[in-house]
Amino acid sequence: MKQCWNAALAAGALAFSVSAQAAPPTPEMISFACAGCHGTNGGSAGLSMPSLASQSKTAIVDAMKKFKSGERPSTVMGRLAKGYADADFEAMGNFFSRQKFHPTMQAVDKAKVAKGSDLQEANCSRCHLDDGKDGKDDTPVMASQWLPYLQMQMDLYQSGKRKMPEKMAEKVKPLSKEDLDALLHFYASVNK
Amino acid sequence: MTLDRRSFIKILGSASGVALAGCAGAPSVSSGSAGEIMAKTGRRVIVIGGGYGGSIAAKYVRMLDKSIEVVMVERNKQFISCPFSNFYIAGITNDMNALTINYDRLAANHGIKMVYAEVTAIDPAAKTVVTSAGTLAYDRLIVSPGIDFRIEEIEGYNAQTPESIPHAWKTGAQSTLLRNQLQSMKDGGTVIMSMPLTPYRCPPGPYERSCLIASYLKQHKPKSKLILLDANPDVVSKKPLFTKAWSTYYKDNFQYIGAKKVTQVNVAGKSVSIEGVEDFKGDVINLIPPQRAADLAVKAGLVGDDKKWCPVDAVSFQSTKHKDIHVIGDATALPSDGPPMPKSGYSANSQAKVCAQNVVNLMNGKEPVEFSGINVCYSALNEHESVSVANVYAIKGGKIISVPNSGGISPVDFSLTKAEHAYAESWLRNILTEMSS
Repeated sequence: MKQCWNAALAAGALAFSVSAQAAPPTPEMISFACAGCHGTNGGSAGLSMPSLASQSKTAIVDAMKKFKSGERPSTVMGRLAKGYADADFEAMGNFFSRQKFHPTMQAVDKAKVAKGSDLQEANCSRCHLDDGKDGKDDTPVMASQWLPYLQMQMDLYQSGKRKMPEKMAEKVKPLSKEDLDALLHFYASVNK
Repeated sequence: MTLDRRSFIKILGSASGVALAGCAGAPSVSSGSAGEIMAKTGRRVIVIGGGYGGSIAAKYVRMLDKSIEVVMVERNKQFISCPFSNFYIAGITNDMNALTINYDRLAANHGIKMVYAEVTAIDPAAKTVVTSAGTLAYDRLIVSPGIDFRIEEIEGYNAQTPESIPHAWKTGAQSTLLRNQLQSMKDGGTVIMSMPLTPYRCPPGPYERSCLIASYLKQHKPKSKLILLDANPDVVSKKPLFTKAWSTYYKDNFQYIGAKKVTQVNVAGKSVSIEGVEDFKGDVINLIPPQRAADLAVKAGLVGDDKKWCPVDAVSFQSTKHKDIHVIGDATALPSDGPPMPKSGYSANSQAKVCAQNVVNLMNGKEPVEFSGINVCYSALNEHESVSVANVYAIKGGKIISVPNSGGISPVDFSLTKAEHAYAESWLRNILTEMSS
């Protein structure tokens, strides 16, 4: 029996040497790890965490590069982004841009949504296409993001810690606090 | 290399098969007499354990290949998270509902077959799992068993000890017991916490618990104090953050003492002893014993020479003790270069996905894929503030490494503690949703 055992273990040990020749991580393997915080396939259930599902590849790559350089303020994202190369960011972008849009179906203020809808049309719709559902280039998908997440990011913009793109800064400047709040309620309300 | 990887795997597969066939039944852990249930028709993966690792392994095998049947064997119909249980123990939250999930949606959404039963044995030669509900056959087995305690290393500790001196290191009745003891303790009382040498489940967990218990005492029992006896010579996780929290918020009611390994417990006298030379008496004692892979893993012969943890291959998580059995989560001893992945819920989640991907690849004759994983652990300092450690892990020379020049802990100026408290709650919501849907 002991001999049998040794034979079995030897075969096992050889099998592990195959593992040592494993292929490099796939986009799936790299991106699955993000789901612990961002939800399966990037559909977030956590109020302060953004959904990554259906974001454009450029938006993901751009965000990760800015986290890595420190240009975009963060808590854990900067520390994590430093653990990846540009090729990994591309892999994440490829993976998350292929995932289906994630509707959050959250509670919102109807009056604010109506006001925000008009503001979106008049001010933001040239970049935030299709009610914020479609990401153009590095413009992130806003639709259905959790309201607390959107509010945290707007606070970072307003405090100057996160830098607005020039075109966005121009549009945001004349808007009141109430206007911005209405806009965020509008984006949060878009579920399809 | 002349032999392509795919055929190399095939050759080895058959070689292993021959070797194992020659010892059919020999390495059996125990003789299971229960009859077979759910006769295997196609290819099947069995997952034992539905915690942070097992639930995710089951889900991702099905997400990656619907043609593989997945059976999850779990003894409880509900799972209660250890992360965030310190909030409940310290009276910040009043129930464990937000920590509790079941498997109904997970099973329905992904076609996972649930068997709620106790595993009594694993037979690696016959490739069967013997449970209290009957015997199940597998092609590959993923074991995510969690931890049990090395109570034999503490004199005076027996199976009944936790009924009066809780460890509360598995969430549920133990958490309620410790919470109730803290709430019924008189003001002016002393709470003793004792934590073991590394490695143990959740490195920052005891320190977080010390902060939250100290916070509770400060608010509700200001004449009371907490002493944390650490078997390790110094703080082993998020040291600058915890030491700052202790000295900033809890300097009047908390004391940390390193290199105090509890070797003896006196249940009747409510005290613990360090090598019989120094005793600490407490009105409440939270003794977290040293740990090892859960009993199941020990009985199945999955632990290594240390008799504590399960050695695995860092790519596929296949056990180095038994072929076609993979082990993930707290129970593993991963080959590591540098600081190992902590035994955390996030680590188990990340390992489960790597394991699932490679189990599917191996079953489909495809080459395995290298490890890429993450660990993020949040710890609360009080009811408003949290800190974190975050790292990216990769593989180098067959060993798991923390990617150089990345990762680390929160800023020590506590400038992000409120934001991280919000992120911590979102982390819990996301990871439990991922496990249960």
